[in-house]
Order: sequence, then C-alpha cells, then structure tokens
Amino acid sequence: MEHIISVTVENKFGVLSRVAGLFSGRGFNIESLSVAPTLDPSMSQMTIVTSGDERIIEQIVKQLNKLIDVIKVVDLNETEFVSRETAIIKVHTKDADRAEALRIVDIFRANVIDSTPSTYTIEVSGDPKKIEAIINLLQPLGIKDLVRTGRVAVAREPARPVAVQTKKVARD
Amino acid sequence: MKLTGAEIFIECLKREGVKTLFALPGGVVLKIFDTLHQQKDIEVILTRHEQGAGHMAEGYAKATGKAGVCLVTSGPGMTNVITALADAYMDSVPMVCFSGQVPTSLIGNDAFQEADNIGLSRPCTKYNFLVKDVNDLAATIKEAFYIATTGRPGPVLVDIPKDVSMAKAEFTYPNSVSIRGYNPTYEGNKWQIKQAAEAIMKAKKPILYVGGGVGFSGASQELLELAEMTQIPVDMTLMGLGVFPGEHPLSMGMLGMHGTYEANMAMHYSDLVIAIGARFDDRVTGKVSEFCPHAKVIHVDIDPTSIRKNINVDIPIVGDCKTVLRELNQILRATVNGEQKDLRKPWWDQIHEWQQAHPLTYHQEQDGPIKPQQVVKRLYELTRDRDPIVATDVGQHQMWAAQYFKLAKPNRWLTSGGLGTMGFGFPAAMGAQAAFRNRLVLCIAGDGSIQMNMQEMATAIISKLPVKIIILNNGFHGMVRQWQDLFYEGRYASSDLGTTPDFVKLAEAYGAVGLRVKKVGDLDAVLKEAMATDKPVIVDVPTYPYENCYPMIPAGGCNHEMLLEDPPELKKQVGSEKVTPEDKDTVLTA
Ligand SMILES: Cc1cc2nc3c(=O)[nH]c(=O)nc-3n(C[C@H](O)[C@H](O)[C@H](O)COP(=O)(O)OP(=O)(O)OC[C@H]3O[C@@H](n4cnc5c(N)ncnc54)[C@H](O)[C@@H]3O)c2cc1C
Ligand SMILES: Cc1ncc(C[n+]2csc(CCOP(=O)(O)OP(=O)(O)O)c2C)c(N)n1
Ligand SMILES: [Mg+2]
Repeated sequence: MEHIISVTVENKFGVLSRVAGLFSGRGFNIESLSVAPTLDPSMSQMTIVTSGDERIIEQIVKQLNKLIDVIKVVDLNETEFVSRETAIIKVHTKDADRAEALRIVDIFRANVIDSTPSTYTIEVSGDPKKIEAIINLLQPLGIKDLVRTGRVAVAREPARPVAVQTKKVARD
Repeated sequence: MKLTGAEIFIECLKREGVKTLFALPGGVVLKIFDTLHQQKDIEVILTRHEQGAGHMAEGYAKATGKAGVCLVTSGPGMTNVITALADAYMDSVPMVCFSGQVPTSLIGNDAFQEADNIGLSRPCTKYNFLVKDVNDLAATIKEAFYIATTGRPGPVLVDIPKDVSMAKAEFTYPNSVSIRGYNPTYEGNKWQIKQAAEAIMKAKKPILYVGGGVGFSGASQELLELAEMTQIPVDMTLMGLGVFPGEHPLSMGMLGMHGTYEANMAMHYSDLVIAIGARFDDRVTGKVSEFCPHAKVIHVDIDPTSIRKNINVDIPIVGDCKTVLRELNQILRATVNGEQKDLRKPWWDQIHEWQQAHPLTYHQEQDGPIKPQQVVKRLYELTRDRDPIVATDVGQHQMWAAQYFKLAKPNRWLTSGGLGTMGFGFPAAMGAQAAFRNRLVLCIAGDGSIQMNMQEMATAIISKLPVKIIILNNGFHGMVRQWQDLFYEGRYASSDLGTTPDFVKLAEAYGAVGLRVKKVGDLDAVLKEAMATDKPVIVDVPTYPYENCYPMIPAGGCNHEMLLEDPPELKKQVGSEKVTPEDKDTVLTA
C-alpha cells in the first residue's frame, strides 16, 4: 500500500544521501521524494511517497527515526492529510489546438505560465489523479516536456509522530 | 591558548580516556602522527595493514566495553579499514575511526589519495563526520564518542582534512552533548514489562534467547538472577556466548545453525520465547515461517528496528537490557513461587531427554588423526582457570570454538558474527591483549583465515602482544568444503587450500614461537608449552581434513530439523576418491 511519510531532518550537508542511501540499501521503494527548507532554517522537510506492506512501512519509519539527522517522522496515512503535486507541462499547440488547450486548462483550473507561437506551458496542481487526467487530455495535442514535483503533504490535525524524538541533553 | 588540530585531537582522546590508538600513517595525517610522537599518554600501536588496525580497535572494544580507536590515512588507508567498519557495524561494536582527508580546498578535485570517505563509510557506520573547520573539531570528537558508545553501539568515522589538523583554534572540550535527532530509549515501557512478567509466570515451556545486547548492556548479573529465579533454560546466540555461564545447569549452549540439539529443540517447541538483546538473525530463525510455531514472543532490544524486523513480536519492549531486567526481576521476585516449578516439570523432563539423546559428539581415536573438537576441548580445559579471552576467525573452527569453549563471563569472546570476516581473529585478539597486557588471550584460527591478516604478527612482536594462536589446520576452507559435501555433491571447487605455508617457520620468521602438534598424544604438552611462553605463539595443529561440524540446520531449514552427523552417502565418499588424511598430513608437514 502507498504511504506518505513526512520527515523533518537537520538542514545539513549529506542528509539527503543518508535518507536516499537508507532506501536503496534496504531495498525500500521511493515513488517520490521532495525536500525543502522549513520556517526554521536549521531544519528541512522531506515528503517521501513509498509503498510496502505493514511490516515494511513499520521498518521504514523505524529506520528513518534511527538516522541521527532525522528529527521527526510522521506516517501521514495514520492521520487525515491533504497532499498536492504540481506539474509543469509544455504542449505543442497548432492553430485550432490552442483553443482546445485553453479549454482543458480552464476545466482543471490550471494556469498558462508561458506561451510562444507554437507552445503553451501549463502549470497544474492537485492530487495525482487530477494530474494524470490532465496529462491524458493534453497528450493528443503533443506534450513536449513534462516535469512533476512529486507530492508534498501535510496532516490536517497536528499529527501524532510515530515516534517522537525530543531534544536531548546528555551529561558526560 | 590556541592549539593545532592535531593537538586538539590528542587532548580530546585523553579526555575520553583513550590509552591506545591503532594506527598507520600517511601523508595527510603526518601532522597528527608527529604530534602523537611527542607525547606519552596515548600509546600508538603501529599496525601493518589498516584492516588490522580496525579489528584491533574492535577487539579492544569488545574486551573492555569502551570504544576502540583507530587512525588511518586518506584514500587507500580508508578503503582498507572499510571491512573492519562494516564488521563493527554488523556486530554493534563501539569504535571511533579517524581518517585523514586531503586539504579542504582540494576535496572533490580527485586530489592525490583522495577518496570520498564519507560516502564510502556511510552505509557501514552508525554516523560519520567530515570536519571542515578546526573550531568544530573538539565538539565533533565528543559527539563521535557519544554516538559510538550509547544506545545500540556502533562505529563512527571522523574525517579530518590535512589543513584542519594543522590549523589552530582555542581548545575547549564540551561536557555535554545535545543531538536533537538522537535519543536512545533506556527505560522500558512499564506496562509492557508487566505484561512480560505475567506471560513468564504463566508459561509452561519458556526459553530465554539471549544475545550480544546483554553483553553491551552489562546485564549478565540481572540475566542470571532472572533465569535462576524462574528456572528458565537459556539459549545463547553466537554473539551472546559468555553473557551467561556456559557450564551453568540452565545453559543450553548456543542455538542456531550450529547450535546444540537441546537449544534448538527447546526454541522450536517452546510456548514463550524471551528474547533479550538478540536480533533474530537468519542463522537463528532458520525458515521464518516455521520459526517457534507455538510461542508467544517477548523481545527486549534498545533498537526499535530490531523488533519485528524478521519475526512477529507479541510483547515488544524497547529499552536497555539491564534497566528492563531489573524492573522485570523486581516484579517477578514478588510473584514467583513454587508453582512454576511444578508447572514446568514436564518441560524440563523433555529438555533433559533432548540433552541425553544428542549431546555434542565427535570421535577421537587414540592414534588417529587429530579431531578439531578435541583441540578446542583440551584448550578449554587446560586454560579455563586463567579466565582467558578467546578470539576466533570465521569457519568451522569458529563453530567448534563456540560449541566447546564454554565461557563463564562476558567480554571474553571476540568473534565476527554478522559479517563473518575471515582474518578478524588475530588482530582482534591483539586489540584485547593491548588492553589487558597480563591476561591470557587466545586466538582459535583457521588455516585459511589466519592468512588474511598474518602480517600483523610483526605488530604483535614489536608491540609485545603475546597472543597465542591455535591454528586448526585442515588444509581446507573447511566451512566451504562442508557445504560442498552437503549441497554440491562433494565437488571441492576452490576450497582445497593446496599448499599452505609452514606456520611454524612462518612464526619463527617473524620472531615469534612456532609449535606443531604432530599427534593427538602430544596435544596437551604442546598447548601447555605455548601457554607458558611469554611471546606470541603459533600452534599449528594439523587436524582431520574431512571433519564436518554438527548439529547443522541447512540454510532456510527448520530449527527442529537438524543434521546430526554426515549423511550416509557422504560417509562413503570420504576417504575413497579423496585425499586420505595421511596424504594431507604429509602435504602439510612436508
Ligand atoms: C560461520 C558462521 C556461523 C554462524 N552460526 C551461528 C549459529 O549457529 N548461531 C548463532 O546464534 N549465530 C550464528 N552466527 C552469527 C549470526 O550471523 C549473528 O551474528 C548472530 O546470531 C547475532 O547475534 P545476536 O542476535 O546476539 O545479535 P547481535 O549482533 O549481538 O546484536 C545485538 C542486539 O542487541 C541489541 N542491543 C545492543 N545493545 C543493547 C542494550 N544495551 N540493551 C538492549 N539491547 C541491546 C542490538 O540492538 C541488537 O539487536 C554465525 C556466524 C558465522 C560467521
Ligand atoms: C573475507 C571472507 N572471505 C570469504 C568468506 C567465506 N568463507 C566463510 S568460511 C570460509 C573458510 C574458512 O576457512 P578456514 O579459515 O581454514 O576455516 P575452517 O572452516 O577450515 O575451519 C570462507 C572462505 C568469509 N567468511 N570471509
Ligand atoms: Mg581450514
């Protein structure tokens, strides 16, 4: 089953490779991974979309928690959450197609963010189904380029961390 | 006053109580070696290979319970120590490895002897640091020791570029560490511990399955109390040997692939498995789907990832063995009474039956070839009074050592379990000897394995580490040959070692003492002579080449389905078309 895992990490050199290395080294799936700074510049937020049975997801969460640079891990599937993905799609548009493209953009509440005589560049965000749907409709017009951000997600209620790791002050 | 990075390094090690450093120099660490050369607090043991330095640090750590420390140069120094780091990572050995790095300005330029030390070591260390600024050096070293020795112990690498060791900074050593993402759990959940106590009270066929974690935690006393109070039999993993006295009536010895019959049968038929500091390795579980089919499982482990990694657990307790066992014992002390003994009488009757049915056996003929088991058994009996530390290499000899050398106390058993690193034994023994100059340190080695770190004999001589090596010389990669016997129809592909050096002469060439046991009748005398020598010794014992190690659960097999001796078709094979033991013997001694 697909899980979205939200991981708060130290904003330090090498952290991404530790997380990526954990997934590749242990044979866990990564469907998508996004990283960006948080309000607190010392931390970054990763959203990882992965899949596996219950035992594997439990291991993924535990193994992530075990990484010293990981501060907090939340399996969003355990709560209600909202998630979004953005895609930027460049389509070929000949005369009549231009109007068709705009109609599709309209239906999906997407935006045209750039235009040349022969192309439109469209930005769309939503859940993955919506993105798949617009891609399907635009395909006949001729997609020249497609980039997707991968999903980002946030819990609706303040989420219960799967295993909280609190700040630690140890004496010698 | 400002100190150089090299001076800060030494001050930090002193603050951490480091007395011994296993090291081999190179260009980028020369400043550190030069500074080490001008002080007396830390002894530098110059090894002949960085892998040796790494295993020595491991041996030191396993014997003392403190972090072992080694220092290597960039590039090839680093790549050479990787095996030891991977070994320490698999076996949770606390160790801090310092590596030199090219100057910060050259990192990433394919500079001379540059390697991506952080990238190379990431998957085989608990954590690693690249120190880019001399002002961070002291705090980094403090964190490195803290991470290596707390929680589930493990190796930590600190990569120090050349310019950082030369630059100067004000030295202050922090007295506390604060890492927000690292907070090991020591206290077990009280409710879970209560559940465990209740399950223990009710169980009719309980078994304790204890591992390396008990040793790391220093919980042997608590374990002994638990077992004696509840009269529960104790199975030990390979890494757990010594955490419970091997000769204790409650001890079942080792379990798993080459464990005793009773240890494996008791595990398979038990109704409650109490796992303490053990990680359900596949050499122990065998076929996971048929592992302990009738049992509830209690699992105490400081690392949450160990729990439910391989098998389902009914009562998980994340915490330190010692802390959890103290709490558990306290509850049990108030509740245990005579009833459990009656309740478990049939279980003990059954166990005694198993013990009598298939004890560990081998057959030593009076004037036949020397059996490897006999060597380990006599070595044990002749040295037990001296409370020796025992290291092993990897292979059949390791398993026989595990079966026949019954250790009474923890921190005396140095073996490579998780990675199974041939060549581990000798340097590990030297590391322990460096920590305890006056103790007897033995290394039970294979003729294949010993050749993987033989060069360290020079270190043993120069640094006066009088380790006693006993080579069970079967002329084979015996463990490989055994699998070929059993699963590849006796085709010995690359397991026959062919010519082996004359280990007696080899020892002498290094300035050590070499002895050979020519017949079984000489065994005791030669072993005694070796033990009475104050130099490093190699005792070469040509053993019966075709001896196989039993019991054995074939990989992926089920725990109650053990092979107890060579299958009949195999017995016929041996000695016919193959080299006879006598031929082998002449090859060896020629
Ligand atoms: C040739 C060969 C044959 C082998 N055959 C066998 C065999 O027959 N039987 C066998 O048992 N093994 C065998 N092994 C070894 C096997 O591969 C594993 O290394 C071994 O079983 C693991 O032992 P362990 O479970 O005690 O775990 P360890 O590797 O010792 O791990 C310790 C566990 O304790 C935990 N821990 C650490 N500190 C604490 C603490 N303070 N409190 C609580 N928990 C803690 C850790 O998180 C970890 O889960 C063999 C190896 C080789 C090379
Ligand atoms: C570095 C390394 N290479 C290969 C192996 C695979 N291996 C396991 S046991 C073994 C044979 C060991 O031979 P020896 O040291 O003579 O011990 P014996 O089994 O004969 O007692 C080999 C090759 C290993 N464990 N480690
Ligand atoms: Mg051999």
